[in-house]
Amino acid sequence: MIQVLGHLPVVPIVLPLMSAALIVALGDVRRPAACRAVSIGSCASLVLAALVLLGWSATGEPAVYSVADWPAPYGVVLVLDRLSAVMLLLTALLSVAVSWFAARGWDAQGRHFHALLQLQLMGLNGAFLTGDLFNLFVFFELLLIASYGLMLHGGGVRRQRATLHYIVCNLVASTLFLFAVSLLYGVTGTLNMADLALQVAAAPVEDAALVRSAGLILLVVFAVKAAVLPLGFWLRDGYANASPPVACMFSLMTKVGIYAIVRTCTLIFGEDAGVGADLVGQWLVPLGIATLLAASIAALACRNLAELVACMVVTSVGSMLIGAGVFSAQGLSAALFYLVHSTFAVALLFLLAGEIAHERGALGCDLLPGPRPSRWHLAPLFFFAAIAAAGLPPVSGFIAKVGILQGATDGAWPAASWAAVFASSLLLVIALARSGSMLFWRPGDGAPAAVAEVRAGARMPLARASTGPVWFLAGTLLLLTAGARPVQSFMDAAAAQLLQPSGYVDTVIRPDLVGPPDLIGPGTDRLRTQGVPPGAVQPGAGGGGT
Amino acid sequence: MELLLASGIGVLTAAGVWLLLRARTFPVMLGLTLLSYAVNLFIFSMGRLAINAPPVIREGVERYADPLPQALVLTAIVIAFAMTALLLALSVRMGYDTGGDHVDGGGGRP
Repeated sequence: MIQVLGHLPVVPIVLPLMSAALIVALGDVRRPAACRAVSIGSCASLVLAALVLLGWSATGEPAVYSVADWPAPYGVVLVLDRLSAVMLLLTALLSVAVSWFAARGWDAQGRHFHALLQLQLMGLNGAFLTGDLFNLFVFFELLLIASYGLMLHGGGVRRQRATLHYIVCNLVASTLFLFAVSLLYGVTGTLNMADLALQVAAAPVEDAALVRSAGLILLVVFAVKAAVLPLGFWLRDGYANASPPVACMFSLMTKVGIYAIVRTCTLIFGEDAGVGADLVGQWLVPLGIATLLAASIAALACRNLAELVACMVVTSVGSMLIGAGVFSAQGLSAALFYLVHSTFAVALLFLLAGEIAHERGALGCDLLPGPRPSRWHLAPLFFFAAIAAAGLPPVSGFIAKVGILQGATDGAWPAASWAAVFASSLLLVIALARSGSMLFWRPGDGAPAAVAEVRAGARMPLARASTGPVWFLAGTLLLLTAGARPVQSFMDAAAAQLLQPSGYVDTVIRPDLVGPPDLIGPGTDRLRTQGVPPGAVQPGAGGGGT
Repeated sequence: MELLLASGIGVLTAAGVWLLLRARTFPVMLGLTLLSYAVNLFIFSMGRLAINAPPVIREGVERYADPLPQALVLTAIVIAFAMTALLLALSVRMGYDTGGDHVDGGGGRP
């Protein structure tokens, strides 16, 4: 039993892969009900697995799982620390809402929705768990290629155009990612993140330029994923045009970028990183401020609820960068809390936008006077989600924002951070109040002729109303508010763990486990410290293979 | 050989970036392909250039080529191939649906 449980860290990667294969084998046209059951069941099991893993990580030591039992710097390892566990649980909870919502009929608008969803979950979970930089790239590609398929789900020219832009942006980012990873490998001779932390810290001054440029290229790559200001223009059209359950799942995608920034900046380019130290410290907060302000202003200009919510995805990225960019325990912990909160809040808004668009027929969720949504729960839920997403008092977003503001006082830009957070909250409240009153309080006779004509060609949603998943997300937000204290203390511990990378490194790289001696050879360490090219020596470190 | 490889990567990257900035889907895709060639060569060169050296450990051999970048390149090729295929399919479909090959659909915005 213990033996089987030891493999639990790999379950969040293997289970969705198996489910995806099963769903494809079942065929979503022939047996839609079975596919939905498998998909929802897989997501629910992921929640259970993530809860157990969260319990593991709460003990303090990161858990290391060596894939195929290759020891740490030579094979790919999965590392489960508090941050990974939180991200896994967040992904799993969100995936339950998404698969459940999609099963109400949205998945029938195209093929292979659930298979792609499961593959995306595999990529997400893998990205959160892996302790190897190249493996991180592979999982990024997995989740991206699944997301391309999901973004196209349902078809239509607008979706095709947005997806094309999204694919091209992400392919460029992937190319840059490869440049950065291979540059780091060329300098340090390793791809394992814990080993990279050691090698970057020990890198000679001559290599400083190479190490730092690799680190900055990595930051650009992750900034594209996270839609940080100059690199995030692909996001709004893509998310606003995606099918609602897909947009709901994508509310997590930018967080992968934030996760990767936090992970690399604390672990590899942390304070003790020698030539790589303090690489991005002065960049993140101003980038966050600019992103936050630009997206808030863009939110005011939106004429469609889905577009507005897409802008709110970007504002949450800005807030998180302001918190995390300080790299203090307070700021990081608040940013992580905000990450969880904003994912649920924005996901709920995306689902509600889908519901509202479904009720309004040809008008969609354009901000025009139209028929009032008939089901009573939409208006109060929208009010609740809007308060949560804007970060107003009774809900958990407020607690997180206060934490971010407190964290910002230790940073280099306290006044600008405070001003930006307050200004963006005000702008978002205005935008949300305006759209809410337009959608719920301004009855009209339906679409103006021009809009109806445009929409007539687009494929209309076939979906039935789906109350359950919406309430599920709202309930999660309420739980997060009610349990803010234990969650916050867990995040405090997670931030403390991130700021002490030596614990992570020591757990992954254990001298007693470093490979069979005949394979490694006596001269490896000596040659490596002398800066001899890794090519001359190594039996191979890190990930690879197809 | 170093000069040849380095300038090859540089030319491929420059051509790739130039094509990427075109407004038609086919040049954009060619640009991405060239960029992926450039990055594959770059990864390969990061294992250092070794001529006539085996990548697998053998009796009586002193110099080895680094096998890891070769594995990385293989992975990168497969991924880039899949992505390009997907992009190609999408572009063709968009061409049929919008009647043009502009990246914004149709014949492009005036």
